Amino acid sequence: MTWVGAPVARTQDRRMLLGRGKFTGDLARTGTLHAAFVRSPFAAATFGPIDTSPALARPGVTAAFTAADLGDPALLAVLERPEFVPTALPLLAIGQVRHVGEPVAVVLAEDPYLAEDAIELVDVDWSPQPVVASLDAATAPAAPTVHDHAPGNCLVDLTMFDDEKLDGIFAAAPALITATLSSGRLAAMPMEGRACLAEWDDRDQQVVMHVSTQVPHQVRSAVAQAFGFAEQQVRVIAPDVGGGFGLKCVAGREEVTLAGIALRLRRPVRWVEDRQENLTASFHGHEQRYRVRAAFSQDGQILGLAADIECDVGAYSAFPFTCAVEPLMAATELPGIYKVPAYRARGRAIATHKAPTAPYRGVSRPQVVLVMERIMEKAAAQLGLDPLAVRRRNMIGPGEFPYTSCNGITYDEGSYTESLDLAEKRITEAGWPGERDRLRATGRLAGIGYSCFSERTAYGTPTMSQRRMRMTPGYDTAAVRMDPSGGVIVTTGTCGHGQGHETTFAQIVADRLGVHPAQVRLRQGDTDLASYGWGTWGSRSIVIGGGAARRAADSVAAQLRQVAAHLLEASPADIQLNDGLAGVRGDESAAVPVSELARIVHFQAHRLPEGLRYALEARESFDPPGTFSNACHAALVAIDPGTGEIRLRRYLVVEDCGVVINPVIVDGQVRGGVTQGVAAALLEQVRYEPDGQPVSATLMDYLAPTAAEICPVEIVHLETPSAFSETGAKGMGEGGTIGAPAAVLNAINDALAGAGSQACIEHIPVRPWDICAAIPAGSTG
Amino acid sequence: MKPAPFSYYRTRSVPETVALLADLGLADHGLAEHGLAGHGDGAKILAGGQSLVPMMNFRLARPAALVDVTRIPGLEYLRAGPDGLRIGALTRHRTVELCHDPAVLDGFGVLSRAARWIGHYPIRARGTFGGSIAHADPAAEWCLLAVLLDANVVLTGPDGQRTVPAQEFFEGFYTTAAQPDEMITEVHFPRPAKYAALTEFAQRQGDFAVVAAAVTADLEDAGTTAREVRVVLGGVGPLPFVVNTAGLSGQPATAATWRAAGGLAAAQIDPPADGHGSAAYRKKLAATLVERALTEATRSP
Amino acid sequence: MKDLHLIRLRVNGREHELAVESRRTLADMLRHDLGYTGTHLGCEHGICGACTVLVDGVPARACLMFGVQADGQEVATVEGLADGEDLSDLQQAFSDRHGLQCGFCTPGFLMLAEGYLAEQEAQGADAAELSEQQIREVVAANLCRCTGYQGIVEAVLETARRRTAERP
Repeated sequence: MTWVGAPVARTQDRRMLLGRGKFTGDLARTGTLHAAFVRSPFAAATFGPIDTSPALARPGVTAAFTAADLGDPALLAVLERPEFVPTALPLLAIGQVRHVGEPVAVVLAEDPYLAEDAIELVDVDWSPQPVVASLDAATAPAAPTVHDHAPGNCLVDLTMFDDEKLDGIFAAAPALITATLSSGRLAAMPMEGRACLAEWDDRDQQVVMHVSTQVPHQVRSAVAQAFGFAEQQVRVIAPDVGGGFGLKCVAGREEVTLAGIALRLRRPVRWVEDRQENLTASFHGHEQRYRVRAAFSQDGQILGLAADIECDVGAYSAFPFTCAVEPLMAATELPGIYKVPAYRARGRAIATHKAPTAPYRGVSRPQVVLVMERIMEKAAAQLGLDPLAVRRRNMIGPGEFPYTSCNGITYDEGSYTESLDLAEKRITEAGWPGERDRLRATGRLAGIGYSCFSERTAYGTPTMSQRRMRMTPGYDTAAVRMDPSGGVIVTTGTCGHGQGHETTFAQIVADRLGVHPAQVRLRQGDTDLASYGWGTWGSRSIVIGGGAARRAADSVAAQLRQVAAHLLEASPADIQLNDGLAGVRGDESAAVPVSELARIVHFQAHRLPEGLRYALEARESFDPPGTFSNACHAALVAIDPGTGEIRLRRYLVVEDCGVVINPVIVDGQVRGGVTQGVAAALLEQVRYEPDGQPVSATLMDYLAPTAAEICPVEIVHLETPSAFSETGAKGMGEGGTIGAPAAVLNAINDALAGAGSQACIEHIPVRPWDICAAIPAGSTG
Repeated sequence: MKPAPFSYYRTRSVPETVALLADLGLADHGLAEHGLAGHGDGAKILAGGQSLVPMMNFRLARPAALVDVTRIPGLEYLRAGPDGLRIGALTRHRTVELCHDPAVLDGFGVLSRAARWIGHYPIRARGTFGGSIAHADPAAEWCLLAVLLDANVVLTGPDGQRTVPAQEFFEGFYTTAAQPDEMITEVHFPRPAKYAALTEFAQRQGDFAVVAAAVTADLEDAGTTAREVRVVLGGVGPLPFVVNTAGLSGQPATAATWRAAGGLAAAQIDPPADGHGSAAYRKKLAATLVERALTEATRSP
Repeated sequence: MKDLHLIRLRVNGREHELAVESRRTLADMLRHDLGYTGTHLGCEHGICGACTVLVDGVPARACLMFGVQADGQEVATVEGLADGEDLSDLQQAFSDRHGLQCGFCTPGFLMLAEGYLAEQEAQGADAAELSEQQIREVVAANLCRCTGYQGIVEAVLETARRRTAERP
C-alpha cells in the first residue's frame, strides 16, 4: 500500500466538525486580561503625551501602556542592499503615526467590553499632517514624506537584468505593445483574524505565547529582537489557526506587544483582532501598477520586454520579509513561462500613509501573470494572430527544460504547452464556445479567457539569499521518532493552518516506514518542540517540510531495516517495510511487525548489537532551490449589459504540481485559491480616500465572495515530478490565486470584443461600472 | 467591536412597551457618570436586531436602553381581508417569503417575491417587518414597497394608535415620523396590486441594494394599455424615491414603454456616489431595473 | 454599574442559569461564559455567519443577539450536532466532500445548513427537487475563505437528498 497519492481523509476534520477546534480566542486562563489598542484616527499625525489616566480610572481596567512605557520597542526588517531604505515598525507609535489604525497605546481590562470602553477615554493630542494615500500622490514632485529619511517615498528602487540591447530591439520592433496594468489593494482576510494569548510561565521562566500565526519561530525572533530577550525566553505556539494566506507570515505588532506586557504584568493577556482592525490595521497587499513595453516579431515572437513596476507598500516594512518582497518578486519573475530574449525591469516600493503590506497569497505573481497574459492577448490582437498560438510560440516547450531564462532563473521540468493543449481540448469538448455563442445570442456579453503560468514554489535559502534579507528563510528541519508501540512522532518547523499537513506529512512518512498514516502524528507550530523553522507560506511546506520529514523518515527506516535484518538474519538491503511489516524480499515467511521492532529497540535494547541500540530517531533538513508548478486556467464569463454584472459561469484548471500527495487536499487548495483570485479580479478592494481614511472597513464594503459569486471549478491534474523535491511534489498553495485574475480579465476583454467594444480593461478588480463605461451605448440587455 | 453599555428591558405587551418607552425618555440612564453616554440616543426598540445590533457593535449606535419587544404575543401575522393586507410588526421576513396563503399571494404576491432580496436566509429568519420599516433604510425592500403600495404604518403610543401613510412616515436616512414613545405595531397595505414587482442589484448576493426598483402597473382590462404606472426607487437618495410617471399613463403596455419608463426614472434622480457605484452608474442601474421590474410585473400577475 | 440579568436557557438540551450583562452578545456568552467555543466570531457585524447557532430551531447570528435575549430559549450549537462521538450525517458529508480546510467557519455553516434542512423538512419540501443553485444561495449566507465553497455546497445538497430519501 502506498499512501502518497491516496485521498486520505483529513485527521483535523473531526475536531473541527465537532466544534472542538482550539483557536487562540478559545483558550481560557484564569485571570486573563483583555487588550484593546488605541488606534490613530488619522493617516498622518504627530502627537504629544498620551493621557491614559481617565481609562485607568474605570472599574475593571488594570493597566495601560504607551511606547515609552515599554521602552519604545520596534521591529526592524532589513534587506542588505543599498537600494533599500529600512523603516522600523514601532510596536506602538512613537510620537508620529503613518496610517489610520496604527496603535499608539494599549489598555488591559477584565473583559474585552471594558477594554473597548476604556480606549475611548484615552486622551491623545493629535496634530494631523499632510497625507499621501496613493502611488500618484506619493510620487508627485514635493510630495509629503511618510518617512523623513525616505525622500520621494521610495523604499526600494531596483533596476534588474538591464539588457543594453533592449532599446535597439524596441526601435526596430515590427510590433510594439505598450500597456499600463494595475491591481487593487487586497486584504487576505482569514476567517479568524489575528490573535494572541501571552502569559508568563514561572516554571520555565518564559513568556509563552499562543498566536494565530503561520510562522511561530519568526514571531519568537520578533519578540526577542524587539525586547532584547534571548530566544529561549519566549515560546510561541500556534494552536488551530483559522487561515492565514500570508497575513500571518509576518510578525504583528500587537502580538509582539502582548509578550512585553505579559512579562511586565505576570498575568495572561489576550488580544483577539476584530474584523474592523483586520481590514484597516493589519497588513494588505497586491496594490501594484505596471507600465510595460513589449516588442514582437510579425509572427508573434516576443523580442524584448521592459517593465516599470510600482508597489504601494503602505507605511512600513513588515518583519521579517520587508516591503521589498513585492517589487523584487515582480521584477524577477515577470517573464515567467515565456522565452523573453531581452528584459529590463525597474521595481519600486512606494511608501504611502496606508496600512503596511505583507506577502498575501501569490505575492506579485497574480500581477505578473496578468501582465504577461494580457501582453500575449494584445500582441495577438495587434498582429491578427490566434492568442493561443502566440502563447505556444513563446512558451518554454517540451525538450527545453531545464530552461534558464533572461532573469537568471532556471525553470525545472514542467508541462506548459501540455497544460494549455489539454485545457483547450477540454473546454472545446465541454462546449464552452457554443455556450459563449448562445449567451451572446440572448443579448449578454460573454467571453472565454485563458491564463498560462508557472510559479516558483518552495524556495529555500539558495534562492532566498538572492534577496539579501538579514533574516534569510528557506530551509526546514524535521525530526522523526518511533515510540515503543510503533507510533511515530514527526516534528516540523512548518506550521499548517488548514492545509491538512497532519494528514499529508503522515502519508509521506507512513510510506517510508511501512506503517499506517494513522500511526503518524505531526507536531508543528511549537518553537520549543521543533527545530528552528520558517513556517508555512510561499507554497513551501509539503516540499520543504515534507521533504525534510521524508529524509528523516528514511533515516529511521534504515535503522528499522538494520534491526529487522539482525533479527531475521537477512541483509538490510533485502528488508522491505510495508503494511506494518518488515519483510525479507523474496521470502514471504520471514517478517516481523514494525511495532515489534520498535518494542525491541526500546525495551530489549540488550538484544541488539551496540550500533543498533537507542535508535529509531532522526533529524534531517531540506533546503531546495525551488521548483516550478504550472497550470493553465480558463474562465467563461457572462456579463449583463444592463447592470454590468459579471458572472463566472465555468472555470477549468489544468494544473501540474508534480507528485500529488493527496488529491483531495490539492483540489481544495486549487478551488480556494481560484476563489480568492476571482475575488481579486471582480470583487475585493481595500479602498482609501485621498486623505487616507479607509472606506472598506466592514465586510459590507470589502466584498469577499460568497458561494453565489463562484461557480464549480473543474480540475485536471498533470504530474511532472520535480527533480528538486524529495517527494517529487511541487508547491501548490498559491497557484489558484495566481492564475485566476488573468483568466477572468481575458474573458472579460473577450466578452467586450465580442460585443464590438474597442475598449480593453487593464485593471483589477473590474467593477460593473467599468463594464458599463466600456460597452457601446444603448446596450441594456 | 463590542457594544457600549445599555440597559435592557423586555416587555410583554404593547401598552407596557410604550409606557416604558415614555418613562425611559425621561430617565437618566446612569451612563453619564461613566463618560459613556450615548450620542443622543435614548431608548431603542429591539426586534430582530439585524440592523441595529451591527451598528451597536461598531458603536455607531449607542442607545442608552433597549426594549426587547420580541416576546410580545400577537404581533406576528399576515392577514388578508376586504380592506387589504395587514402585517404584524413582528412578522419575520422569512414568514412573508414562505407565505402560501392564496388570499395573501393574490394581490400581494409581490411582498412574498420581494422578500428573497432581503439579506440572507438567517437574516430573514430573524429580521422583522416592523423593524425594517422602523429602521428606514432608503434601499430596504419593505420601505420601497410600503411607499409604492400606499401602505399605512400603524403606530401605537401612550395615547393609543395612529396611522401614518408610508410616504409621510419616512423622513430621511434612518429617520421616521415615529415618536420616541411609539412603536410600530402593524403595516397595512390597503389595496392589492395585480401587476407589481421589485428587483434590485448588488454585486454580491444578499448585500444591500445599490439600486432597487419597485413598480406597479395598472393595466386596462385587455392588458394592452397602461392606465397608471408607479415606480419607487431605493439607493438613490435619503428616501424611497417616487418617480413622476404621469407621462406613462395611457401608453401601450409594451417593452418600449417599459424602456421609456426606465429612462424617465433615471432622468429624475440625482443619486449619491460611493464605493458601490458612481452617480452615473446608479442612473444606469435605475433605468435597467425599472425596465426589468415593469417587464416582470406585467408578465406574471 | 453593569446592567446584569439572571437568565435561564437550554443549550444543546442542557439547562444553564447565569447572570449576564445586557450588552454581552449571545456569541460571547456561549463562548466565554458557558464554554461553547465551537461557535466562532468572524466579523461581529452579521456578514460572515461563523457564529450562526439555532435559537428555538431558527438560525441566528449569535453576534447580532444579546445573551439576555436567549432567556428561556433553546439554543443549539455545533457541539450538539454529533451523537456522542459519532459525526452526524451532515458533519460526515462535510468531511467526505472536503467542505472544510482551516475549520474556523465550519460550525457556522453546519448550523446554517441544519436550520435550513430542518425548515425544508418542516415545509415538506422534496430535496430531490433542490438544485445546486438553490443550495448555493443558502450557503451564500456565510463566508468561507479556504474552500471555494464547492465541498460545502455538495455536502449540504447530499445531506438534503439523503434525509429526504430516509424520511418515513
